[in-house]
Parts: sequence; C-alpha cells; structure tokens
Amino acid sequence: MSDFKIDDNVDITDVVCPVTFVKAKVALEELDDGQILSIRLNDGEPVQNVPRSIKEEGHQILKLIDNNDGTYQLIVKKVGD
Amino acid sequence: MAVDYATLKKGGFMRQKQKNCFSLRLRVVGGNLTAVQLSKIAEVAEKFGDGHVHLTSRQSVEIPFIKLEQIDDVKKALKEGGVEPGVCGPRVRTVTACQGKAICPSGCIDTYALAKELDERYFARELPHKFKFGITGCQNNCLKAEENDLGIKGGIQVSWREKECIKCGVCEKACRQGAISISDGIVSVDKDKCNYCGRCVKSCPAESWDTVYGYIVSFGGLFGNSIQKGETVIPFISDKEKLLKICDTAVKFFEKNAKAGERFRFTIDRIGKEKFIKEITEAYNE
Repeated sequence: MSDFKIDDNVDITDVVCPVTFVKAKVALEELDDGQILSIRLNDGEPVQNVPRSIKEEGHQILKLIDNNDGTYQLIVKKVGD
Repeated sequence: MAVDYATLKKGGFMRQKQKNCFSLRLRVVGGNLTAVQLSKIAEVAEKFGDGHVHLTSRQSVEIPFIKLEQIDDVKKALKEGGVEPGVCGPRVRTVTACQGKAICPSGCIDTYALAKELDERYFARELPHKFKFGITGCQNNCLKAEENDLGIKGGIQVSWREKECIKCGVCEKACRQGAISISDGIVSVDKDKCNYCGRCVKSCPAESWDTVYGYIVSFGGLFGNSIQKGETVIPFISDKEKLLKICDTAVKFFEKNAKAGERFRFTIDRIGKEKFIKEITEAYNE
C-alpha cells in the first residue's frame, strides 16, 4: 500500500450489496479530483462487483490488495467532480 | 359460416373459453414495443376487447375478448399503430430477447438487433411444430436461452494484453469461474474454465484485454410438458454470418426430419444426437 498516498479510507465490509457500492460512491464524492481512496471490502460478491461498478462510474482503479483475512483493499483514484 | 380455427390460429387468434371470443396475440420482437404501439394496443383493448391485455410468458401481448366478426376491424385498427398479429401453431414463434448490450451494462451482444434479424429471417415460417428462438446478452441468462429450441447467449472471448496491464489483480477476483490466475505479473486464462462471461473485461481498469464478441448456441430446449435443457454442442461462434448459417442448419434439420407435432428435442433424440451434431459441426467448420 506504500505505493500510493491514501487520502481517505472507507470500510464497506459491514454492509451488503447494493449498499456496498453506495457507501463507496458516497466516500468518493467527498474527495477531490485526483485524490485516492482505499476501500476495505469483503471477499465474494463485493470483490467481484464493486471494482466494476466503480470503473463504470468513471473512476480509476489502481490496485486490489489481498489483506489475507478474507478482505481486500481496493485503491481508487477519483476522476471528475 | 364455418370457423377455420387453423387459419385463425396462424394469425395469432387464440380461441377462448368464452364462445366467439378470441385472445389476439400480437407480433412483438425482442420484448420491445414503442409508445405509439402501446397506445394503439390500449385503444384496441378498450374498443374491441374488455379493456385489459395479457403479457404472455414469451414477451408477447394478447388482447382477449376480441369478437370473431370484428377481426378485420381489429387488424385494421392495429395496423394504424404499426402493430401486427403474432402467430401460434406449428411455425417459428416470437423471437425473445433481453435488453442486451444496447441498454444493459452486462450485455455482450446487441440482442434486439439480432432478434429483429432472426424475426425477419424466420418469423412464422411453417415447420412440423412450434420453434422458439431466445436471445440473452450474457451469462446472467435473464432470458433463459436454454429453454428455447434454439437459444443464443452473448459472450466475450478474451486474451490478455500485457502492455496495458497495471497488475491491479481485479480480474482474478472478478472471474467467477476461477479461470484467471496471476503469478509474477503474468495473467493466465484457463480456456477450459472460461465461460465467456466477460467480467474480467468489464471490470478491467486498464482495458488490457483483446476481445472477440460472439455467441454460445444451445439446441433442443423445452420448458412445457417435458422439461429439458438446450445443449451446446459446438464451440463459441465469433461471427454473425456463421451464427445465421448454424441457425439455418438447425431449422433445416428440423424441417427435414421432424414428424408433425414433434418438438426439435425429440427429433434430435429420434434421429440421433450424433447425426445432428455432425451436421451442425459441418456448418460450423464450413
């Protein structure tokens, strides 16, 4: 994770689809263009679907990091205001 | 006047329990109707029916309580709104489709355009029994392709491009088939596991995939008195002309070999699955 300067964090492991994406989207809305968000998400459906939804919103995915505890960190750069 | 039910049925008039009343099936392609068509249908249902319509299980619309003696007036009125009667009986039926690539983020093929093309090519063609085409845009299979005599499912054949890849790891997780593995920065796709769902492509932030959009075809699906899943006996089809040739071959096989009143699946079983696969494979390899 040291490769990226993280501006903000959000944990979406406490919610289920479709709120996972909504929570991530709200967190991204708080950021400025070009800032980087680290999203903690669960294995299974969230990691299968949330990256794609974020891409479809036009943001840039930089990395998916396995926390080796059944969760991942998805590093996303905000694109557009 | 003797009522010719066979002719009426061909024109989509379904006999009702109620004497002299027919439920008029309309021609709908791929589940789409324009607002103009809908308002004309509403008008006809008010004027000639009892003010309601029925949505059929295969994306058509039926207007019940049409009187026999008003058939010509009903047809004329519908025509003004660009609506035609559908068909029933032993022929090619409504071509059904999900919303597909034009509307749905998951879609891999333009299902509506294909439905229109198949409808123009085959609709109402006389055959030994009913024959149903269904088109679904992706592996989510909202349109249940395998329920149809001939089912078409959109897919994406992928190969990884190293140059654009940012090694983010998203594709490995997006794949539900466990077909993608990443080691030492190299992304490998297990072709035997890949089901062409395209989730790797759709989730990739760097567009690092070469893609071929195409079709997975299944044959012999039934979902009525007998329930059987259509089977895929040929590989992924990457061009539309080939797909149409495959459809022609399947329809011809049915036309040539089926007994009257025998569904495609039972014709395949009676004539021999091997023989059918041989003919379809020849068309595929042509």
